[in-house]
Amino acid sequence: MSGMRSTQLDDVAARLDAIIASPDATLTADAAALADELLALGATILEVWLSARGATPTTRSFEGFRLLALQRQGARGDASFNACRETCRELVYHRNLVSLDPGHAETARRLRLGAMVARHLALFIGGKLEVAGLGEFCCSSRSLRQGEATPAQIA
Amino acid sequence: MSGKYQKVAYYPGCALEGTGHAYNRSTKELGKALGLEITELDNWNCCGAMEVKNVDPKLQTYLSARNLSIAQDMGFDTVMAPCNGCYHNLKKAEYDLANDTGSREVNSRLSAKAGHNTYEAGKVTTIHALDWIKDAIGEEGLRARVKNSLKGLKVANYYGCMYTRPRHIFPEKDKGPSSESTLKPHFMDDLLAAAGAENVEYPLKTACCGGAHTLSDSDTSTKLVLNLLTTAEACGADVIATECPTCHTGLEMHQMRAEKVFGRKTTVKILYFTQLLGMALGLSARKVGVHENLSESAAFLRARGLGR
Repeated sequence: MSGMRSTQLDDVAARLDAIIASPDATLTADAAALADELLALGATILEVWLSARGATPTTRSFEGFRLLALQRQGARGDASFNACRETCRELVYHRNLVSLDPGHAETARRLRLGAMVARHLALFIGGKLEVAGLGEFCCSSRSLRQGEATPAQIA
Repeated sequence: MSGKYQKVAYYPGCALEGTGHAYNRSTKELGKALGLEITELDNWNCCGAMEVKNVDPKLQTYLSARNLSIAQDMGFDTVMAPCNGCYHNLKKAEYDLANDTGSREVNSRLSAKAGHNTYEAGKVTTIHALDWIKDAIGEEGLRARVKNSLKGLKVANYYGCMYTRPRHIFPEKDKGPSSESTLKPHFMDDLLAAAGAENVEYPLKTACCGGAHTLSDSDTSTKLVLNLLTTAEACGADVIATECPTCHTGLEMHQMRAEKVFGRKTTVKILYFTQLLGMALGLSARKVGVHENLSESAAFLRARGLGR
């Protein structure tokens, strides 16, 4: 993984750890802004992945969220990237829970869980980047040698 | 109870003969306790797993298709595969044989060479162990049979990444409330709730466990698992219920490794859903193979009056 990408992901991970460790009062002081920040951190994680693959991260939205559009962009031609599809949707869900009712008694817990979901996304992308040449590691990945094997080779 | 799946062919796959033996044992015992008949496929072979798939996906399709061919020869139209990897690969073979001419050609040629019948798509349906219990017994049927309720047990249900992905190989899912959801699976939640468990909202139920990293990049796997475990604890779970031997073993191994390498101790227990359901039906912890798990949960279960 290149130094810059590693630093970006490390910075995101450090911020997420800080959110998770924050006292309830800090989390609820400006809950809606924190919820939006979680989404933005998720988007940064996906931007790191897309940039590493030479793509320009989209500025579009899907179902109202840029995070979901970035995830779809990452999955184009790389079905295994869908292993983080529900993680991204959960992040959006937690953001919505907080944004729609920031005064709810569960807000601090919801923000912490949202940050844990975002941390999973960061770990997942970090793991994918770790593999040399951005190769596949995923359980549901497509074959590395799909283009090489011919029927004659296995007959 | 629908009457479906009372007799099915059983494809345990390699993991259930090794590290996932507790899953094999508990699946068989659960079936017995529920009066369901399972017959192991004769002379079954590897489904192709990740290793063969990464060398040649058509060869993997053939290997899975051979198992389906055996089921057909034995007179079954349904194969139950408890392992997510096997389930995924058998479903993928079904899809490829129905939609890809090249896969059909390779399957025909290799089947002829190996001297067995060529499997044709659509003759056998592959189901997961969750489908099996859900459709053969259902929540009402389970509730009526519970002898030792899981009441008070807070469970995070973890399905892993292969049970619902890719969506196109699971045409039976996302068909409404009674079908399984690929976005938010719930069959395990439904069954354990019927047995009395209290399911917690767990936002990482289909997230990656880092299974494929386990040997090549252990630290990444450990960090992914540690996040699954700490999130489950933050959700209030006492137990993570699993339905895949690779995920289960990964969670257990990396729970230990997280403590050794990173000094991060977590206490959430890791049990197969078949073990939990078996104990709810009154089976002993030994009968459902709790002693075969890598992690220790016997004392925890004893304290809650389960598995005696």
